[in-house]
Amino acid sequence: MTASADAHPATSRRPDLPELPGVDPAWHRWVDVADADGVTRRWHLLDGATSVVGEPVGTVLAVHGNPTWSYLWRSVVARAAAAGWRVVAVDQLDMGFSERTGTRRRLERRIDDLLRATDVLGLTGRGAPGAPLVSLGHDWGGIVSAGWAGRVRERGQHVAGVVLTNTAVHHRATEPPPPVLQAVRAPGVHRLVTETTAGFVRAMLASPRASGSGVRLSPAVRRAYLAPYRSAADRVGVGAFVSDIPATLDHPSRPALDEVAAGLSAMGSGRPGPDGQGGAVPSLVVWGARDPVFGQRYLDDLRARLPHGDVHRVESAGHLVVEEADVAGIVTRWLTERVAARPARPRAAPPQPGPAERPYRPMVAGLYERAAGPGRDELAVVQLRPDAPPDTITWAALARRVDETAAGLLAHGARPGERISLLVPPGVELTVLLYASLRLGLVGVVADAGLGLKGLTRAIRGAAPSHLAAVHPAVGVAWVLGWPGRRVAVGSSPGGPLVRRAALALSSATELTAIEALGRETLTAARDSGRAESVLGHHDTGPPAGDDAVVIFTSGSTGPAKGVVYTHERMAAMRDTFGAVARVDEGRPLVAAFAPFALLGPALGATSAVPETDVTKPATLTAPALANAVAAVGAKGVFASPAALANVVATAGDLDARQSAALDGVEVLLSAGAPVDPSVLAAAAALVPGATARTPYGMTEALPTTDVSLEELLEAGTGEGVLVGSAVPGATVAVAPLDVGGRPSGALTTQAGVTGEVAVSAPHVKDRYDQLWDVERASAVDAGWHRTGDVGHLDESGRLWVEGRLAHVVLTAGGVVTPVGVEQRVQELPAVARAALVGVGPRGAQVCVVVVEVRGDDARDDRRPAAPGPAPLGLATQVRTAAQPVDVSAVLVTSALPTDIRHRSKIDRARVAAWAEGVLAGRTSARSAP
Amino acid sequence: MRVLVTGASGLLGGTVAARLIERGDDVTTLQRRSSGVDGVREVCGSVTDQGALEEAVRGAGAVVHCAAKVGFTGAEADFARVNATGTAALVAAARGAGARAFVQVSSPSVAHTGSSIVGEGAGPASPDHARGAYARTKAAGEVAALEADGPGFTTVAVRPHLMWGPGDTQLVERVAQRSLTGRMPLVGDGAPLVDSTYSDDAVSAVIAALDRALEGDRAVAGRAFVVTSGQPRPVGELISRIALAGGGQVPTRSVPFPLAWAAGALAEGVWAVLRRVGSSVADDEPPLTRFLAEQLGTAHWFDLRETRAALRWEPGVGIDEGLRRTASFYDGWAAPA
Repeated sequence: MTASADAHPATSRRPDLPELPGVDPAWHRWVDVADADGVTRRWHLLDGATSVVGEPVGTVLAVHGNPTWSYLWRSVVARAAAAGWRVVAVDQLDMGFSERTGTRRRLERRIDDLLRATDVLGLTGRGAPGAPLVSLGHDWGGIVSAGWAGRVRERGQHVAGVVLTNTAVHHRATEPPPPVLQAVRAPGVHRLVTETTAGFVRAMLASPRASGSGVRLSPAVRRAYLAPYRSAADRVGVGAFVSDIPATLDHPSRPALDEVAAGLSAMGSGRPGPDGQGGAVPSLVVWGARDPVFGQRYLDDLRARLPHGDVHRVESAGHLVVEEADVAGIVTRWLTERVAARPARPRAAPPQPGPAERPYRPMVAGLYERAAGPGRDELAVVQLRPDAPPDTITWAALARRVDETAAGLLAHGARPGERISLLVPPGVELTVLLYASLRLGLVGVVADAGLGLKGLTRAIRGAAPSHLAAVHPAVGVAWVLGWPGRRVAVGSSPGGPLVRRAALALSSATELTAIEALGRETLTAARDSGRAESVLGHHDTGPPAGDDAVVIFTSGSTGPAKGVVYTHERMAAMRDTFGAVARVDEGRPLVAAFAPFALLGPALGATSAVPETDVTKPATLTAPALANAVAAVGAKGVFASPAALANVVATAGDLDARQSAALDGVEVLLSAGAPVDPSVLAAAAALVPGATARTPYGMTEALPTTDVSLEELLEAGTGEGVLVGSAVPGATVAVAPLDVGGRPSGALTTQAGVTGEVAVSAPHVKDRYDQLWDVERASAVDAGWHRTGDVGHLDESGRLWVEGRLAHVVLTAGGVVTPVGVEQRVQELPAVARAALVGVGPRGAQVCVVVVEVRGDDARDDRRPAAPGPAPLGLATQVRTAAQPVDVSAVLVTSALPTDIRHRSKIDRARVAAWAEGVLAGRTSARSAP
Repeated sequence: MRVLVTGASGLLGGTVAARLIERGDDVTTLQRRSSGVDGVREVCGSVTDQGALEEAVRGAGAVVHCAAKVGFTGAEADFARVNATGTAALVAAARGAGARAFVQVSSPSVAHTGSSIVGEGAGPASPDHARGAYARTKAAGEVAALEADGPGFTTVAVRPHLMWGPGDTQLVERVAQRSLTGRMPLVGDGAPLVDSTYSDDAVSAVIAALDRALEGDRAVAGRAFVVTSGQPRPVGELISRIALAGGGQVPTRSVPFPLAWAAGALAEGVWAVLRRVGSSVADDEPPLTRFLAEQLGTAHWFDLRETRAALRWEPGVGIDEGLRRTASFYDGWAAPA
């Protein structure tokens, strides 16, 4: 029998095929392919050709891993077909519904098998560029498909893209294989688990439950996965794959695996392939971060091999990421945008950003200018401390320590472009480390302790830093939790020198002081030989403007925290914007009770003081502590979070005459970090009578975006949303109008009164999200603009009013309702402390519900206490009247509205909505907390 | 246009007839007792009476069928004779008389076999699985009407949910009276969201359906549409406000849902026995039924988008204005306890 392609894609369904949810029966095909020994083997595959309308845009060869089969790719087949892509998902031999060959097929053979199969199928890549060919693989299928792609390229044919999901293409011989695999491979266990029983298959199917994605495979889907693996004989391939994992150097498949890995590196490196094609092959890695088998190191390995490739890391998904996240959507969007190379979506030209960008001036420039100027011995940073003299450093000393630390880190092995996780509280040490990193070109990774240990661990693991600097307890935590990076210990340790040395040895950390000493030696030696600048280069040139400078994690109040990447150029623009908004410069010292601002002081050449307070607990800042910090540096600017300001107002009575006098010199009061209640800002402003009070609006991705003065806020009163002011210098704000489905689908506009998703364009907007290709894509649909996820509108004066989060708009039959305007009107009622507007019911037919927290002293209404549950009639009437013209179906009273941990001000409307949905359907007791 | 309106002694039928007269239609009404609507040609009789039917449909170009046997208890055959067989007979008579349009006033309960409804549209009527004799027989009647749709004879069903308004003896006055005697319990915390229909909103929907059917609009032909005032409210609040509007007071008694359901079942059983022994107590409805417990203890609200689009209708009055109008109707009128 000769090898031949099945001429009819719609091969009749084989009678032994069970019910397969999600699979179009027309996709099933069987093809006969002669293998290297000339033996004809029958392959089963799912071919989405029949679902593609017209000529396919291109073809994707999808290869499953172990112990799955082509069923894994059903959602991709359907979704990609709708976008014009034909997906051919094969069952590898001895797997799925392909033939059980009775032979041992190692990796090399499997790649050869696949090449022969695609030759028979006519998937050769010869048709390029008209018909691009892309490989897609998971687990073992990632290795086999990548190997296949390498071989196709070796033949001089074109591969238009490589997509990998949770795949390990390289097992370092120096590191043990993942414990789960070791266990499965143990003699006696291996066969029992993989073949004699379906344990391995079942464990894989159960894995989404453990990963935290909240996904559980339905019984029908689990049955479909198990269908080809019913008997021990069916499962020979499952066992064989496990045996073929080249975990040791002498494993027979080791050379083949090394070849695959090298081929992938070649595709990623941009070296011209044999086809003369230059540049890296477009690649996408979609990674479930909670994979217990293939951990972060395998993703790091792939990223190193595909340095220009796209990565989308799904924090909440595990090994079976295709089932746990919208991989079909991500891959299809990626194919369309990165491979099909269709012209960009037609969009009305967005409004152009403002004035021309300033020339790039490195972040460290201001610091070195002060250190070289006449005021070099003035204080640069002052950290006030309880019961201790302030921790201070002069400009000259700061510049010297920055140089020495940078040189020391370099001598210690750090290289520009590597990442360093900075787990150091704000103060002199963090300032030194941050500016040393910026000087050297190390990329600082900054995550707020407010994320909690779990959130912090995820963030740090995901950012994959090569170095980690932490204060003493944290450096031990880093060791215990296995946070990645060579560890640098900062500051003194509790418990004396012995404990310290033991801790250092145990956590294999190097002390920052030792690194600085090393840098000092290096620089001294270099200076002695007259080539001081050869070590670090001149500070004025700085790292290249387009290189990454920092990765800052978002607060994570909406899902896992996202890493936001700033380049040096963008960070420098942020410095300049901040300086302009806050009126901070060399002659104007500042007090920062809000950590990020303290760090920007040196870049602006401004002396900065941090008041005596626990920066992680802003609400502990007292008025005397603030005044002392102002007095210490003669501050002109004061920056604090609303929580800190509220406590300052509450403790204003403790100010003595000298402290009050110090506050009289303040010229700018800035509240930042969360929306501030105008009455709190007004009360705080009264303590600094010579200052203008302002509050900026922004987000980690664009800080700041707009700002507004207290006078404007008081004058504006309430409207449909919170007034956040006008765009900051250099920034432009526009909205993408919402359609009836609540999607921001319209072209950006600055027209007054149009509600839409807020977008900002500015030189200081983020460069990108870190390893979140699909999120980045959605946030940057308009080139040069960042979509904020907030909804709002501009007024006649071009000022922005924020109406809520895009995810929280209510989709009623009458149209989209945004929450903030109603909430503000309801909160003006004397009986209401706080309010949340949420929608219940199906999208498009939702009704509005207002959930209120009542004030303790006004909790009685209609002579009935406002207990949790439906509001008493009087209160319900008041709320409905206040909410007009929005119709409020139900008014519910709750004991406490849930807020985010970090700011205690953003109401978690999604949680409130879920609770209200239950209460109003009669499922949940209203006495339960939202 | 001559229009036959059945059940004109009721709130909905009577108001529909009056509105049609106002706009110049020639209206015949059919009901057992006089409707009291001015300007109509009145036929007194039941839909179970073939002679009365034929007399009523004579010359009618359209029929609005509001008459029905309503109740939570009673023998299913009694309901079927009026709601199923009677409707089928009326449909046949109307077509025989040359009518072009038939509007069946139905109920959302005809489609619901479960207990909770959260933002759903109008599903198909289910004569076999709907809850209770009333709902099952109304479902059969709706099916008979909609299946009769065809060229030259357009049928459409509207399903007002929980209708109330001034002069409404079924809901407003009963709730008000019971609230004054403490016999109007709330179930659970009264939170479940329920839709209801202010009577004028139901009337305008029925007339819109009639006009679409007379136009032969295929968007409505043979279809059923849920009608409400489009403003769901927590059931406890709705009952309280209706009680107040009707001259009653805010119910203060609350019964947990399982208890209410069990009490309803018990009452239904007791009433069945009483009826069998011929007690006059059984002439009135029991204080609580399982159906009522479910209505008061679970969510029932609808997605009106299809109704609005197909009938080209909006609920023009709404709950708050409806309550004001109802309260002013009953102003100074204390519900007899």
